[in-house]
Amino acid sequence: MAALEIHNVRKEFGSERVLKDVSISIDSGEFLILVGPSGCGKSTLMNAIAGLEPVTSGNIYIDGEDVTWRTPADRDIAMVFQSYALYPSMTVRQNISFGLEMRKVPKAEREAAVERVADLLQITHLLERKPAQLSGGQRQRVAMGRALAREPKVYLFDEPLSNLDAKLRVDMRTEIKKLHQRLGTTIVYVTHDQVEAMTLADCIAVMRDGHILQLGSPDEVYNNPVDMFVAGFMGSPSMNFIRASLEDDNGGYQLRIVTPGEDELVLPWPEERIAADMAERLNQPVILGLRPEHFSEEDERLTSQAEGTLLSASVAVVEPTGADILLRLPLGEQEVTARVGPKCAVVAGERLSLRVDMGRAILFDAGTEQRIA
Amino acid sequence: MANVIRRQTPAARLGRGLLYGVLILAALFYILPLVVMLMTSVKPLSEISAGSLLSFPQNPTFAPWTKAWGEACTGMRCDGVGGYFWNSFAIVIPAVLISTTIGALNGYALTKWRFKGSELVFALMLFGCFIPFQVVLLPMAQTLGWLGISSSRAGLILVHVVFGIAFTTLFFRNFYVGIPNELVSAAKLDGAGFFRIFWRILLPVSAPIIVVSVIWQFTQIWNDFLFGVAFSAHNTQPVTVALNNLVNTSTGVREYNVDMAAAMIAALPTLVVYVLAGKYFVRGLTAGSVKG
Repeated sequence: MAALEIHNVRKEFGSERVLKDVSISIDSGEFLILVGPSGCGKSTLMNAIAGLEPVTSGNIYIDGEDVTWRTPADRDIAMVFQSYALYPSMTVRQNISFGLEMRKVPKAEREAAVERVADLLQITHLLERKPAQLSGGQRQRVAMGRALAREPKVYLFDEPLSNLDAKLRVDMRTEIKKLHQRLGTTIVYVTHDQVEAMTLADCIAVMRDGHILQLGSPDEVYNNPVDMFVAGFMGSPSMNFIRASLEDDNGGYQLRIVTPGEDELVLPWPEERIAADMAERLNQPVILGLRPEHFSEEDERLTSQAEGTLLSASVAVVEPTGADILLRLPLGEQEVTARVGPKCAVVAGERLSLRVDMGRAILFDAGTEQRIA
Repeated sequence: MANVIRRQTPAARLGRGLLYGVLILAALFYILPLVVMLMTSVKPLSEISAGSLLSFPQNPTFAPWTKAWGEACTGMRCDGVGGYFWNSFAIVIPAVLISTTIGALNGYALTKWRFKGSELVFALMLFGCFIPFQVVLLPMAQTLGWLGISSSRAGLILVHVVFGIAFTTLFFRNFYVGIPNELVSAAKLDGAGFFRIFWRILLPVSAPIIVVSVIWQFTQIWNDFLFGVAFSAHNTQPVTVALNNLVNTSTGVREYNVDMAAAMIAALPTLVVYVLAGKYFVRGLTAGSVKG
């Protein structure tokens, strides 16, 4: 049975439609991430699940029960807020046990729950402190502890890491993942950070303008995006979009890219990836999507079997990140980013031969931005 | 701002000296009436008629104070302002507590439990801050009559509560707007209801604004004269009305020292409240304007 099922949920504020027919279903123990730019409706959806905002139409089921019109308290959920929302006048211990107290759990059980959670999150030494005396990371732990103490059916995390500094964020991300693996809880997690989404999720829902554009595993969303928005949103640096025209190549297809001031570039489209409706688009503009890692130095091995197509371009900017080097090179009408190994000795202005892994390239319609192949 | 860098040139020092001079003069001028009142209240009557207003008392006496408290005539009776002083407390304390409580609940509901039209309700309540007292005298007298509490302490308390709610609501509403809504959401998810959230989450952090509301209401209601004179009977008059009667009762020689002593007695509670809690008043009014 689905732990959480959202069925055709709509939300309107006056004439503004914030959620347009959203449907999601996740199983018990799954980690669902709602990701998207600000204003896409992900927080509204989260509040709808929590019961903090009524939906305009549609239904929400938790563990098979229709909770659409139940109060937040009666839904058996817990939430970790972006600002942590720790009760400022209470100690950490009181913060964690407040929910249990409200549910009339006996004192001994409450104490046991606090100890268990404090132990789990390593905050036992902080139990008698007030939130104001805690650091950001500690507050974050207490906020999670408050949610964990009640052992609800579904956990909601609303951008829980966005107030932490970069290093702590990575640490806490790992901890959340560990916790999830250990406890097997059902989690809905809102973020605008695609790295968090990729690393944590079992299932990612990419949202935009109140719609779910794509719902799938991180691998699916990353490697098989449904449109240019999803493709561009997931991944950092983001996918390169190159204007090209689709041409016939002795029964197969090829992409012609015109770079001002340079030779034309022709990239053959791999035979095994030909889609049915490509024939209708012959000699029409299309968008070629290439991730930075789809480029590699000429002598490097490619991850997919295909040989890859060679192209040569002059390097505009070299950005070493330590682990690898990002190159900016003009290709078509724009600059693209390529990720090469840290040993690449190229300097700006030089020409470099790069292999393009066309086996992983993605083709989009230039008008609708939908995926073609 | 202790660490502001300033140039210590002679001209700058002179300018600063002048600035302080002006400020000190202004402060002296401002406190002068209080000093004169205090001095006059401990002078015997003979010294007042002979000496100047600003001369120091030669033979200080507290007789005017005891007379003002227990013997001076206020209208027909001659038992001082002492009884009315306690009358004022009996009116002020319940009125302050009730109006602050209601204001806190209003502010909480208007910010954390928004409903359709809550902004309009707040705007209308705000309007209450600007209604002149005189406008409502007659309708209020009618209302008190209908309720059967005219000329009673309860009636006067009701009037002050009704007028105070506009201000206390404004105070608490503006304070609670600065408290994150997520706190309330978290408490809702934890299973707490309207009053529980107020009592356990909001109220414990409201100390600064409670101080503001109490001082404001205490001062307003204690100093009120118009409602006191309009809606009270002889035995329920607040001290401000008694003071007026005392000063206006003209039998024989005008006893300025007793008048001044009575005025000091009437003003003392608000002075004490402000001296004790003024620090928190300023702190509470600026709370939330700076994050931290």
